Amino acid sequence: MKPIARQVIFYGVIFGLWSLICKLHIWPPYVLPAPWAIVEALWAGFQDHSFPIAILASMRRMLIGYGISVVLGTFLGIVLASNRFFEQTVSGLLVSLQSLPSICWLPLAVLWFGLSENAILFVIVMGSLLSVTISMETGRKQMPKIYSMAGRNLGARKWNLFYHVLLPASMPYIVTGLKQGWAFAWRSLFAGEMIYVTLGLGQQLNAGRDLNDMNLVIAVMILIIAIGTTVDRLLFRTIEKRLQMKWGLLSAT
Amino acid sequence: MTLTLNATEDPTVLDENGNRIPVGAALVSPDAESATPKLWLQNLSLKYKTTGGERMLALDSIDLKVRAGEFLCIVGPSGCGKSTLLFLIAGLHEPTSGAVLMDGKKVIHTGTDRIMIFQEHGLFPWLTVEENVEFGLKMKGVEKKLRRERVREYLNLVHLGKFQKSYIHQLSGGMKQRVAIARALATEPDVLLMDEPFAALDAQTRDLLHDELERIWAETGRTIIFVTHNVREAVRLGDRVAVLTFRPGRLKREYLIDLPRPRHLEDTAVAGTARDILGDLREEINKSLAVEYQQ
Ligand SMILES: Nc1ncnc2c1ncn2[C@@H]1O[C@H](COP(=O)(O)OP(=O)(O)OP(=O)(O)O)[C@@H](O)[C@H]1O
Ligand SMILES: [Mg+2]
Repeated sequence: MKPIARQVIFYGVIFGLWSLICKLHIWPPYVLPAPWAIVEALWAGFQDHSFPIAILASMRRMLIGYGISVVLGTFLGIVLASNRFFEQTVSGLLVSLQSLPSICWLPLAVLWFGLSENAILFVIVMGSLLSVTISMETGRKQMPKIYSMAGRNLGARKWNLFYHVLLPASMPYIVTGLKQGWAFAWRSLFAGEMIYVTLGLGQQLNAGRDLNDMNLVIAVMILIIAIGTTVDRLLFRTIEKRLQMKWGLLSAT
Repeated sequence: MTLTLNATEDPTVLDENGNRIPVGAALVSPDAESATPKLWLQNLSLKYKTTGGERMLALDSIDLKVRAGEFLCIVGPSGCGKSTLLFLIAGLHEPTSGAVLMDGKKVIHTGTDRIMIFQEHGLFPWLTVEENVEFGLKMKGVEKKLRRERVREYLNLVHLGKFQKSYIHQLSGGMKQRVAIARALATEPDVLLMDEPFAALDAQTRDLLHDELERIWAETGRTIIFVTHNVREAVRLGDRVAVLTFRPGRLKREYLIDLPRPRHLEDTAVAGTARDILGDLREEINKSLAVEYQQ
């Protein structure tokens, strides 16, 4: 059986069971809404444009925050990997900081930036910066020395050495870091968006809660899952696959 | 086969400031004295930092002249510093003391006039075979059309013309080694540094590549320093064979190989000469084994 067929059956069964339980009226709809009600809520959200607008607003924030993380993280990672002092001091600090869930930065963000766009961006950056930095640093350090030696030997220096050898040689680590960073940024985004009323998917979730609209809440949750998965599959998995094919990290048989 | 000691007065060399630096007497072939040697290793030593923090003398006062167009083979037990010596010549490591002179100028950096074929081949897994071979040319700024031509030429030379679009992991060990050879040759360096390039090959391919290498060497007049643990291979290929001692790596003895070319691995003369050298080498191998067993 093809994986696709298995997945269709799996989700079909979930949908069926869910519908069945709703039909039995065990729980009231505001506790467990019916699947068709959620489909309706999704439809309505797209009809009155509130979902597309929320998605755009959230994605914009995400791109800015994640973009800052990638640029800053790449830079920091390179600096850390090339400096003995930083490597022995800052690196350890970063690893400790990573144990802090990004939502814990929220109070600090609010005190620093107030209830503002910047506070949300700050939380996103704090959520994803560390994994980008750490993977960049690991990539530069774990990379087998032979690559940089071979590159230098063949006449690559400075920028050429970095761009044509060091960067591609650490790419497997970097992609892992970028992917992980995206996932963390995605989580942090909603933590941030729920702190105050602003456009975005997080605000839609809040609205659902305030209005006791369970259909809306679940519809938004499904949207968040769908977008997160799509980006992961379409973007990062594809890049990863291509990389693994080139490097021979996947078995060819 | 003869062994010569340089008996002329102390040679000197001009450094960048025009001062004369005397150099200690070294075992050299007679031809090496005529002009500026292509490579001149002067009292070369290198200490590695070990994990314990002390420093291990890997190479100790290596004095060696290599004349332009010479085929020099270096043999020695595992861990005696053969790869290290090539790294120093390539400019990948800095000597703790002494210097490497190329055409009379001190080697400070890597340079495309000295290309190395690494023991672990060092091919780039993110590039195709073709892009790997092209790499050095690209760094040198050779224009694209010429690059393509050169790549094709050298891939055909190592019989990998059909694999230009493959990725490195899709090749066998021997094929990888041949790509590495093509990559080094394509940049057309004055000096080729080869670190056990044929160790992973089957006998037939190796014989073939011996012939090819000898042909390229004869045609282009490149200087080749060839590291191997196979004494017979060294005698088959080299104008001269240098034996290194084990820990620290010193120059133990040099042999001039004046057997006529073309030679073959199976020649009795090759085997005979190899036997003499092997006696020397075996002493060092036994030393290295004794050290290894103690630990
Ligand atoms: N980066 C390094 N750091 C510390 N010690 C090193 C390093 N590289 C090599 N050594 C040591 O220097 C000595 C010489 O190493 P080298 O690789 O030059 O030997 P080799 O003659 O090429 O051996 P083989 O025939 O096994 O390739 C060895 O004892 C090795 O342990
Ligand atoms: Mg070696």
